[in-house]
Amino acid sequence: MSAPDALETIERPVFNLDGHEVPFSPGQTVIQAALAAGVYIPHLCHHADFAPHGSCKVCTCRINGRMATSCTFPASEGLEVESETPEVQELRRDLVQFLFTEGNHFCPSCEQSGNCKLQAVGYDLGVLTGHYNPLFPDRPVDASHPDVLLDTNRCILCELCVRASATMDGKSVFALSGRGITKHLIVNAESGRLADTQLAVGDKAMNVCPVGAIIRKRQGFRVPIGQRTYDAAPISQIAVQGETKGGTP
Amino acid sequence: MNTLEKAENTTGLRRVAIEPVSRVEGHGKVTLLLDDENRVHQVRLHIVEFRGFERFIQGRPYWEVPVMVQRLCGICPVSHHLAAAKALDAVVGAHRLTRTAEKVRRLMHYGQILQSHALHFYHLSSPDLLFGFDADPAQRNVVGVLQAHPDLAKQGILLRKFGQEVIRVTAGKRVHGTGAIPGGVNKAVTEGERDALRADLPDVLRWAEQGVTLVADLHARNHVVYDRFGTVRSNILSLVGRDGALDLYDGVLRARDADGTIIVDGVEAAAYSDLIRENVRSWSYMKFPYLQSLGAEHGWYKVGPLARLQNCDVIPTPRAEAARQAFRERVGGAIVHAPLAFHWARLIELLHAAEVIEGLLDDPDILGTALTTTGPRRTSGVGIIEAPRGTLIHHYEVDAQDLVTQCNLIVSTTHNNQAMNEAIREVAREYFDGRAVTEGLLNHIEVAIRAYDPCLSCATHALGKMPLVVELYDARGELIDRRVRDAEHLP
Repeated sequence: MSAPDALETIERPVFNLDGHEVPFSPGQTVIQAALAAGVYIPHLCHHADFAPHGSCKVCTCRINGRMATSCTFPASEGLEVESETPEVQELRRDLVQFLFTEGNHFCPSCEQSGNCKLQAVGYDLGVLTGHYNPLFPDRPVDASHPDVLLDTNRCILCELCVRASATMDGKSVFALSGRGITKHLIVNAESGRLADTQLAVGDKAMNVCPVGAIIRKRQGFRVPIGQRTYDAAPISQIAVQGETKGGTP
Repeated sequence: MNTLEKAENTTGLRRVAIEPVSRVEGHGKVTLLLDDENRVHQVRLHIVEFRGFERFIQGRPYWEVPVMVQRLCGICPVSHHLAAAKALDAVVGAHRLTRTAEKVRRLMHYGQILQSHALHFYHLSSPDLLFGFDADPAQRNVVGVLQAHPDLAKQGILLRKFGQEVIRVTAGKRVHGTGAIPGGVNKAVTEGERDALRADLPDVLRWAEQGVTLVADLHARNHVVYDRFGTVRSNILSLVGRDGALDLYDGVLRARDADGTIIVDGVEAAAYSDLIRENVRSWSYMKFPYLQSLGAEHGWYKVGPLARLQNCDVIPTPRAEAARQAFRERVGGAIVHAPLAFHWARLIELLHAAEVIEGLLDDPDILGTALTTTGPRRTSGVGIIEAPRGTLIHHYEVDAQDLVTQCNLIVSTTHNNQAMNEAIREVAREYFDGRAVTEGLLNHIEVAIRAYDPCLSCATHALGKMPLVVELYDARGELIDRRVRDAEHLP
C-alpha cells in the first residue's frame, strides 16, 4: 500500500491507515478519503455516485480497535484504521466466499468474467476456492425483456441497481424482498417480469451492476480476452484510477 | 448383438477390470468376465464419468453457449467452442460469415487439430508404438520417450506448443478462450501475432513430415500386427467439403460402407437427425449412434482421422495429399479398418493442419476488421465440425427470449463407441482365450482403445437420458425391489 502524495498535504486533517497518513475533507467517509488518496480498500456495494450503504461489509476495517464498514464510517482526525492486516483480509475473504457459495457464480462461462467486480475482489483477496459448501440455490433467469437479461443466480444483493433505478432513473424498477438467506431481487411489475417494467438499456440501473446479474442481451464475449476491465491490472489499481463498470472509485 | 457384449449367464464367472484405462482423456474402465478356463464370456468398455451438459445448458442465453460447452473438455475445447458457434450462427442468421471471421475460426480450428494430434501421438500413444505393447510400463510412457528418443519427444512438445499458440492468438487463451461468438469472432489477428507464428512454421512443417515418415516406417516394419490388431470392419462417417475434399471445419456429411462404397453423401448439418439415431445401453453413460437407414445392428460406424482420410476424395494441401496417396496405395485403395492405422492418418492430418495454417497466415483476410454479421433470427441451429477425434455435432433450439430450450451433442468418441467395444472384443478373442491374464495382455486392450483417441469426458453429457437399474436387497441378500428406467432401450 502506498499513500503517495498524501503525506505532503499537511493543510488537511488526516487519519492513519495501515501506518500511512490519509488526508480527508469534512463529510468524507474513510473509504472515500482512502480511494481519493490512491489507497484501495476492497468493496462491492460502495459506489461513488451513491450514498453510503454498508450492506456487503467487504470494506470492513478495524477502526480504533473495532470492526466497522469503512464506507459508512465518517473520516475524522486521528482515526487508527487497519485494512490490510491478516485478520481483516481473512474476514473479507470469508465474506466474498460466502457470496460465491450463496449464489451460482460460474466464472468460466460467465460473460462478465474479466469485468466482474466480485471476481476481481476475489482475486485481490486471494480467494482460490469457495471454501464453504455451495448452496446451489434455485434462482430464476428473467429473459422477458427484449434487450436485458436478469440472471439472479449472480446477484449479490448490493442494491446498486435498486438505488440507481430509484434515485437516478426515477423508475424504481428493482427492490429486495425477503429476509436473511431468503432475501432476493425482485422487479416492480405486477407480473414480476422485467418486460413489464420501464427499464431501458440506457438506464443507470442497467450499467451499475458489479457482477453479471443485469446484462445487455446479445453482447456477451464481444470484448476479447486481453481487453476486459481487469485484464491489464488488478482491481486494487483500477479502482483508484477512475470510474469502471459497476463501480467505483 | 455381439456374443461377447453380454454373457448369457454370469454365474461363476470371474471378473477382471482394467480401471482406469490409462493415457486417454477422461475416465473409463474395461471389464472382462472369464470362466475357470480363462475363456472370455463378456467384454465391455464402460464410461464411468458423467457430465450432463445437455441438461444444464437449458435455460441459459444462447451467446453464453460457445464458452460454456467448451468446458466439456480441456483437450479439444476449441472444437466444442466452434461447433456451438457454428450452430448459433444459424440462430442469429449469419449464414455466411465475413471472410475475416471464417478464416480466423479456421485458423483456430487447425491450431486445435495440430495440438491435439501432437498430444495424442507423441505424449499418449508413441510409447506403445516405440517400445512395444508388452514393454515395461515404467518405460512405456512419455518420460521413457524423452529418455530414449529425446529429439522426437521434443518435437512433439513443440508441435503442441505451436498449435496452442495459434489458439491463443485467435481465442485469447491457450485453453478455454472466447474467440468465436455467434455470427463471427471477437478479434482478428494482428501483424505481430501473425509474424511470430510464421517464424515457427518451417520447423513445424518439417517435424510434421518427419512424424508421417515415422509412423509409415512403423507400419512397414511390423505390418502384420499393424494391419490386423483389433481390426473391425464398419461403416465410416465424416464431413467432407462440398467438393469432396478434406475439410475439417465445414462441409456436408458423407458415409461409406466397410468396402468404401458411398452410402449417403451431401447431407447438410441441419439434416443430421435424419441420418443418425442413438441407442443406449444399461452399462455405459455413453450412447451408441448408428446410421438410421441401416439400423442399430449394422449401422454403426467409425469417425476420426482414419475415417476422414478414406472418406474424402482429396486433401487440398500438397504434402498431406502426397502422404494420403501413399497411405491408400499401400493397400491398393481398399478401406483400412485397423485401429493402429488411426495413428498414421492422424499424423497426415497433423501435416495437413500445418499446411493450412501456413496458407492462412499468408492470407491478409485474417488481419481484417469486419468481424461479425447477422441476418434473420431463427430458433434452431446445428453446427458440425470435424474435431480431432472425429465428427462433432451440436444442435440447439433457442426461444424468442434468447434462452436455449433444447440441446443435443453427439461427440466424436460417442460415434466410435461401438467400434471401440468391437475392437477390444477382437483383441480379447485374439489374446485372451485360454491364456493367463497378464499386464501386457491387458495393455493390448488399452492400446486398441487408445488408437481411437477417445475423449471420455466429452462423451458423457446426456444428463437424464441414461438408463438406470436400481436393485434393493434385504439383509439375507434377496432381491425385494427393482426399478428400471428407460427399459425399452435396455439390451
